[in-house]
Amino acid sequence: MNSILLYALAGVGLFTLGLYALIVHAHLLRKILAINVMGSGVFLVLVSLGGRTPGASPDPVPHAMVITGIVVAVSATALALALMLRVQAKTGQTLLPEERLE
Amino acid sequence: MRRVNWDSGLLLLILATSLVPGLVIFFLPEERVAIRTTLNMGGAVVKLVLVGVLIWGVLHGHQYETRLPLLPGGLDLVLHADAESVLFVTLSAVLWLVTTIYAIGYLEGSQHRSRFFGFFSLCVTATVGVALAGNMITFLVFYELLTLSTYPLIVHRGTEEARQAGRVYLRYTIAGGALLLVGTVWLYDVAGSFEFTHRGVVAGLDDADRTVLTAIFVLLIAGLGVKAALVPLHGWLPRAMVAPAPVSALLHAVAVVKAGAFGIVRVVDDVYGVEFAASLGVTGPLAVLAATTIVYGSLRALFQDNLKRRLAYSTVSQVSYIVLGVAVVGPIATVGGLVHLVHQGLMKITLFFCAGNLAETLGVHNISDMNGIGRRMPWTMAAFTIAALGMIGVPPLAGFVSKWYLGLGALDAGQDWVVFILAGSSLLNAGYFLPVLYATWFKAPPDAWPAERSYGRRETAWALLAPPLVTALLVVAAGLLASAPFSPLQWARFITTQEYAP
Amino acid sequence: MEVAVENMPWGVMVILLPLAGALVCFLWPRRSVPLGLLGALGVVACVTGLCWQVVEQGAQRYTVGGWGAPLGIDLYADGLSLLMLMMTAVVGLGISIYSSGYFEHKTAVVFWPLWLFLWTALNALLLSADIFNLYVTLELLGLSAVALVALAGGADALTAAMRYLLVGLLGSLCYLLGVALLYHSFGSVDIAILAERMELSPAVWAAVGLMSAGLLLKTALFPLHFWLPPAHASAPVPVSALLSALVVMASFYILLRLWLEVFPPGAAAAGQLLGLLGATAVLWGGIQALRQTRLKLLIAYSTVAQMGYLFLAFPLGTSFAWKGALYLLLSHAMAKAAMFMAAGNILRFGGHDRIADLDRVAQRLPLTLAAFSLAGISIMGLPPSGGFIGKWMLLDAAFYRGQWWWALILIMGGLLTAAYVFKVVGYAFTQAEVTHEASRVPAGMEWTALVLALAAVLLGLFAPWPLALLDIGFPFSGGCAE
Repeated sequence: MNSILLYALAGVGLFTLGLYALIVHAHLLRKILAINVMGSGVFLVLVSLGGRTPGASPDPVPHAMVITGIVVAVSATALALALMLRVQAKTGQTLLPEERLE
Repeated sequence: MRRVNWDSGLLLLILATSLVPGLVIFFLPEERVAIRTTLNMGGAVVKLVLVGVLIWGVLHGHQYETRLPLLPGGLDLVLHADAESVLFVTLSAVLWLVTTIYAIGYLEGSQHRSRFFGFFSLCVTATVGVALAGNMITFLVFYELLTLSTYPLIVHRGTEEARQAGRVYLRYTIAGGALLLVGTVWLYDVAGSFEFTHRGVVAGLDDADRTVLTAIFVLLIAGLGVKAALVPLHGWLPRAMVAPAPVSALLHAVAVVKAGAFGIVRVVDDVYGVEFAASLGVTGPLAVLAATTIVYGSLRALFQDNLKRRLAYSTVSQVSYIVLGVAVVGPIATVGGLVHLVHQGLMKITLFFCAGNLAETLGVHNISDMNGIGRRMPWTMAAFTIAALGMIGVPPLAGFVSKWYLGLGALDAGQDWVVFILAGSSLLNAGYFLPVLYATWFKAPPDAWPAERSYGRRETAWALLAPPLVTALLVVAAGLLASAPFSPLQWARFITTQEYAP
Repeated sequence: MEVAVENMPWGVMVILLPLAGALVCFLWPRRSVPLGLLGALGVVACVTGLCWQVVEQGAQRYTVGGWGAPLGIDLYADGLSLLMLMMTAVVGLGISIYSSGYFEHKTAVVFWPLWLFLWTALNALLLSADIFNLYVTLELLGLSAVALVALAGGADALTAAMRYLLVGLLGSLCYLLGVALLYHSFGSVDIAILAERMELSPAVWAAVGLMSAGLLLKTALFPLHFWLPPAHASAPVPVSALLSALVVMASFYILLRLWLEVFPPGAAAAGQLLGLLGATAVLWGGIQALRQTRLKLLIAYSTVAQMGYLFLAFPLGTSFAWKGALYLLLSHAMAKAAMFMAAGNILRFGGHDRIADLDRVAQRLPLTLAAFSLAGISIMGLPPSGGFIGKWMLLDAAFYRGQWWWALILIMGGLLTAAYVFKVVGYAFTQAEVTHEASRVPAGMEWTALVLALAAVLLGLFAPWPLALLDIGFPFSGGCAE
């Protein structure tokens, strides 16, 4: 197993872990973090697969994509955090209604 | 782009004479009575004139056709005037004019009149469109438009009962429309075309699966049978009685049930071709269904005390004469069926006008309250009597002509059982109309009517009285002058010679 | 002059103009309404220019900045994207006009920049020629849509927006992982290059699965629709309209592109599954819509059902079926926007949208009610509306392929739609007395709804032209298309 594949698999692992966390955790902050973990997983897959021919210089295109992706992720996270604060201010809780324990 | 010449424009004009006034009327404020009346009457009169031009043209061999491509691959909206369309268009145009006069008188001073007359005009547009449709999809378009434009008329009064009736009406007609749509698409898929032609497009298919063709036929007839009120699809019709009288008149005589019956005629004669339909073995069951409806409707009519409900069941029964005439398969019976399309319309509209007059003038809704009513409203009840006798089939009135040709046609086609159905039905007709006539003319009137309105020396408003008198006269004329040129009977013969041409 | 019009990069303008409009609205909040309307008109003009160009010269490809694939960004406009752009322009203009009367100044200054950003993202998405750019634009679209839902400010709207955001991010990350796998397999993200190099491998299957799942989640196909009704129903009315009419269709558009051009033909087997889910959506959405007591929720569930219709084209797979589904999409966008606007007028007039109490409102807003009914006709698929044409084409395709059970679904869906539309329309015909003081509805808001609804109905009479437009660039000839 070469290191590139290892990185890629780790990326998929992160993605899955994040997905799991997104589903099981009710707190909105944890959900937002889970999304970020998933995003990092995808970025890891992209970057690692960019260097798939060992020895040759890595493909620059995935790097460009990851940078774009990070910009998108940062803005999404900012929006999500702002929204979470508004939800907390209105409802007093940082949960979605369907996940409140009655 | 097809060049629009005068001949193709005529059909569009005929549609526009009710569509345009209708759309304008929607935007008129309630109190603009004069403009609204002018628009209504103007549209109706112009339409009648244009239909006259159309009749002249068709007789002189003009071809009237307008096409609008709907989808690539030859699926067009087609308006086309053949002899059958002309028969139905003329009926609609004449009866629309009288019904408009009646409706103006009937609704005087009531609420939401702009809405009413707007949908009323749309309803007539749809009926004329059904008559002029040159293929199945055009027929379907106007058939659905008819459903949509009659619903607001049925629920017009806004009472809980009316809304209930409206819901029932929609349930039946929307479901029927869906069946018709499936049948039409399937037909298009199998036949590749569904233009109305004299011999029928389906008859020309050599390699089509006959089971599939039968299935499509059943779907189409089921879809059309809802509006034609074939048993067991008739349930909406008696309930729709809560609508104002002009609406019931239009629904029963021209618009809805006739659209269904006309559609059945189209499918059997011009899509399948009557001889091919017979060879497919579908006309026999259709004839039995029609016969069942005739008897069932008459039997139910016997036991109704509410006058409009009795008339409604009578419609269920009478419209099926048209279907029966087509399904018996024979030139003479077809003449009987087609001519009944017109005759039933004339007679039934007269009856509903009269029922409306009784309700409006005296507050009489039930037959048990009609004792001696002929003395209070002699003109109205005279018209009623003529129409009722016509329905029974008393010579020389219009109904007699229809039944005569139906009976002769059945014998000619070797289907003798139909004659017994006709005789039985006539007896039942007599059974539910004669007691009404007897009570009307020979029993003593009560001291006071339920809710009488005074119209001075006249028995009722002229706008309410003139329409039934005119249509009653037409009932007499259609019977007496049946062999004159331009009579409905002669026109029906003209159509039949085309369907059965060697 | 004519040369200038011919050589104008209309496709780029279509993206830049709303972006500029958004920035200007942001910088001059006091003039945001006229500036925003001007921007909307400008976009419509640019789309018209693009339409002219595509019709005259065929499908267009722009290399932004002259870099070219694989490093630069390519824009591509064929008949499919053009038609979607045009539809967006028409509905967008309608929403802009409606919004100019709807919002108070405080909300308007936030709404206009966000709305024009959303429009920018949508136009860019429709013109994207590579799957990564599609991801970026999809994400931008999602973020601006979430912000717009939150604009209503109540607890319902905020939680719905939060849920919408999480679901949207999940969907786009699934999609992005698929993009990564496809790039790894073929060394390109350009749709045309991918289509050429496509061959089957486990990584490709994984990519197809991930991308489809992400997009289905964003398109709210049953059973992934749970987020849609609360988000669409709790947003401000113009936002509900643009979400149901435009935003949902964006992810469907991507799925359609990939399905038609990129995905290997083997994926067609999944078409039956998609059709099945679509059929369930049609019935489930219809039944749920019928059970709602609030008008906006009813309309939102109707969107779930209508999205289901689009997926019936996947098992049929003929170009006729695709066009039918697109025509449904087109008329649905106009009709649904009109429906939400009508609901908004009723809400403004009567202060509530409880269906059971509509009788006191409906009669006094005849134009609005006419708009709702006409939109309903198109959504039911009754002739001569655009919805009828779409449904006819799908029915025809179903019989042609001998898969009549899809026809059954189409018909049953139509009956359910009729039931819930008339459940509302029936309230216009009552004898109810008017009991309370009503707020006035600006005429512009009533007329916008009516014109859009009328457009949806009349779309049925002018089908040959848009359908011919769809053939430019042959979008229905590769991938899983037959």
